[in-house]
Amino acid sequence: MAEPTIYELSSPGRIGIRFPDSDVPQQELPKDLIRKDLPLPELSEMDVIRHFTHLSRLNYSIDEGFYPLGSCTMKYNPRINEVTARLPGFLNSHPFQPLETIQGNLAVMFLLQEWLKEITGFHAVSLQPAAGAHGELVGGLIMRAFHKKRGDEKRTKILVPDSAHGTNPATSSMAGFEPINIPSDKRGNIDLEKLIAVCDETTAGLMLTNPNTLGLFEENVLEVIKIVHSAGGLVYGDGANLNALLGITKPGMLGFDILHINLHKTFSTPHGGGGPGSGPVAVAEHLASFLPDPVVGILEEGNDDLPPLYGFIKPKDTIGRVKAFHGHFGVVVRALTYVLMNGAEGLRNIAEYAVLNANYLMEILKKAYTLPYDRPCKHEFVLEGIWDELPDIHALDVAKRLMDYGIHPPTNYFPLIVREALMIEPTETESKQTMDEFVKVMLLIAKEAHENPEFLHDAPHNTPVGRLDEVKAARDLVLCCWRSEND
Amino acid sequence: MFIPHTDSERREMLKAIGKDSIESLFSDIPEKYRFPKLDLPPALSEMEALQELSDLASANNSCDELICFLGAGAYNHYIPAAVDMLLRRGDFFTAYTPYQPEISQGTLQAVLEFQSLIANLTGMEVSNASHYDGATACAEACLSAYHYFRGKRTKFIISPALHPHYCDTIRTYLGALDGIQIIDRSDSIQQVDPLVLADQIDENTALVIVQYPDFLGRVVDFSSFGKKVHESGALFAVAANPISLGLLKPPSEFDADFVVGEGQPLGIPMSFGGPYLGFFATRNVLIRKISGRIVGETVDGKGNRGYVLTLTAREQHIRREKATSNICTNQGLMALAATVYMSLLGKSGLRKVAELCYQKAHYTANQITAISGFKVRNDWAFFNEFVVECKEEPKKIIDFLLHEGVLGGLDLGDFYPDMKNCLLLAVTEKNTKEEIDILTDLLQEVANG
Repeated sequence: MAEPTIYELSSPGRIGIRFPDSDVPQQELPKDLIRKDLPLPELSEMDVIRHFTHLSRLNYSIDEGFYPLGSCTMKYNPRINEVTARLPGFLNSHPFQPLETIQGNLAVMFLLQEWLKEITGFHAVSLQPAAGAHGELVGGLIMRAFHKKRGDEKRTKILVPDSAHGTNPATSSMAGFEPINIPSDKRGNIDLEKLIAVCDETTAGLMLTNPNTLGLFEENVLEVIKIVHSAGGLVYGDGANLNALLGITKPGMLGFDILHINLHKTFSTPHGGGGPGSGPVAVAEHLASFLPDPVVGILEEGNDDLPPLYGFIKPKDTIGRVKAFHGHFGVVVRALTYVLMNGAEGLRNIAEYAVLNANYLMEILKKAYTLPYDRPCKHEFVLEGIWDELPDIHALDVAKRLMDYGIHPPTNYFPLIVREALMIEPTETESKQTMDEFVKVMLLIAKEAHENPEFLHDAPHNTPVGRLDEVKAARDLVLCCWRSEND
Repeated sequence: MFIPHTDSERREMLKAIGKDSIESLFSDIPEKYRFPKLDLPPALSEMEALQELSDLASANNSCDELICFLGAGAYNHYIPAAVDMLLRRGDFFTAYTPYQPEISQGTLQAVLEFQSLIANLTGMEVSNASHYDGATACAEACLSAYHYFRGKRTKFIISPALHPHYCDTIRTYLGALDGIQIIDRSDSIQQVDPLVLADQIDENTALVIVQYPDFLGRVVDFSSFGKKVHESGALFAVAANPISLGLLKPPSEFDADFVVGEGQPLGIPMSFGGPYLGFFATRNVLIRKISGRIVGETVDGKGNRGYVLTLTAREQHIRREKATSNICTNQGLMALAATVYMSLLGKSGLRKVAELCYQKAHYTANQITAISGFKVRNDWAFFNEFVVECKEEPKKIIDFLLHEGVLGGLDLGDFYPDMKNCLLLAVTEKNTKEEIDILTDLLQEVANG
């Protein structure tokens, strides 16, 4: 049976938490400013605990099982991260406290800035952006500010390969540019001839996801960067797939100008059912002055007896603030904990085993599913979830059937350059046993598709609800479970 | 630790893919830049890492040890124990965005409940699933208005008493669009009657945005103002403090089109400024014009009630470059915290917290008014935050109070050149009478010199 909503569970007069009575003399409330009605539910504490416990059980999560959701890097979330982020000294500090009372926080931010610089090979880092797409926006705004400062106003276009992340075109528009689509070649690299043809004095830059959404490293990366640079453009790296490159190479060394990093992917901070994320942005030296306000720096150098005095610094040509306060500090603490526990060798192992796991799955699964780009992949790969002899079976059917076997489906229908795409990213934290089990299920589903297509079409069969009517949801909009009686 | 492979498993896997080493999987990386050295500290065990982080945390003086009268957009409210206990359930915090509804009904129903609570709290008809924080929710309201008028209206009027970080964020976001005119805190903030903004509104105005209570704590009844905004066809956005809405008239009564704000006061720790929660509510007719995830109710093939992400045609992954925003990951877990918080407090609890804030702030203000050398601004009603004019330099007062274990508010001179002698103080239900008396006794000492 469906779980009732909090409004359906509400009973007039119940309370979930009691607050102390006022200990100060009472003042009359300003009658003309007071609201008449506060239509919130009324529940006991146990009602609330049971309700949300019931809801949590309707979710699939990394804690429950394999989550090979391509492009999302659903690796294990170490529990120590949850402990360190909740240390009272961090958790109960106010963002506007005087500098001398928050040196611990600033040291955390400074250290992570430094370590991210070292890991990515860049000159400066801002921890301000709240998520990957927010980091992309910052990157776009930095490109805009850079060209503008040089008086180069003609650069209105951003090149976005068709193997880039889905947010890139929207980011380009939001940053005031026109996105130009660049096709891929047969090996899944950028089509160099097309790139050369489109690069000119209107090119503000290129947004390159590398490894791209096919899970492939851009084999001509140095040449691609050179072509864009010679046209006067900047190269932005979408670092959502950085998990494949930790200790393997540094994007800054390859010549990228800007890179965003998803702490909630590569650096193990949890996704929280859709956030919070954190999307720090790293830049080369010539762009450091454009970073969002503020970055953390050293105001007074320390010595053997005294630690340095950390503080906030406003970069000279800053694009401005992109949010209030200082970024997602709680997420930053989790990422710092993770880097501390891994060290240089541990980080390289992460990339190595993420790539080994992906190649292992790819080699076995390509026998039963079409692999359109067949060369060693990085952290993920993309199969087709369709067979020519089975016109009624789609990637969606394969994805939904996986749920019946207790496995989260891969990302489907993305990237758009693979028909009926199934994008699979195992991450380094999954064991050979888990992957062998996944292989077994995938092969079984391929068999079911041929022998009992109708059964697949009706999947999932064992989930709390079946396939939901999305057309109805968008047509007969019900976006609230209870409305105020005044309506 | 976090990588489970044994040596023999690695060998078996390499054999299965026909490779002799893991290194050989990276031959597509330019050789010159392959396997660079990373200069990082040596790896620590969990026990050592916890010690290291504990040392860093204890280098702070947090509000655990200090008496907090700081607000200005982040507030020290009590968080019921049940909130974090539920947030720590792995089924919630280790799940991804609910793209696969059949196995994400927990997250999806919780978001629908969040949308319902926010809609009812703000008095609006609908809400989205969240933005990054209060500042970006304001900026997204501006972008929604820009797209609503298809870029034809280009003037944005921002109240000079909107949080300065929110103003700066709006400037950054709108800076990428051509031909935008922003009217904001150019004049003296302290003299500005919030209603004077009305004179700036014209036929080219896309959006007017005000804060309620505003950055200086003032509570203004915007009922007639909202009508004035709509007379010129512009849209009206109100950035509200959600705790104050436990007591005060909801912005829907001002005819607001967008009610946005910072959800941190709803059960989210201060955590040095983030992660927080941007909320965004609107009217039914505008729902297709706003950005952000939205959850809707529907049914499955057997007629069972269920929930899905809906109206996705507005979003970046479908609409690509024509989307109104690129937002993807938002603040899911923080929205869950706010949902649990509002469910626990409910109708009477939120009202009680709001009244406690109001009463304690007014007691504090009354006590300070009695001290010579300090003047409480009382030209407008206030909720839990107010401005104190000081004879002494605010920095010196803040230093003195800190020395005595009190976080004595914000120096407004850091944000507004014409408020050099002003402190902004916030009071919440957590401040006891004893704490307030400590503050006022210390201020009396300052006055005594």
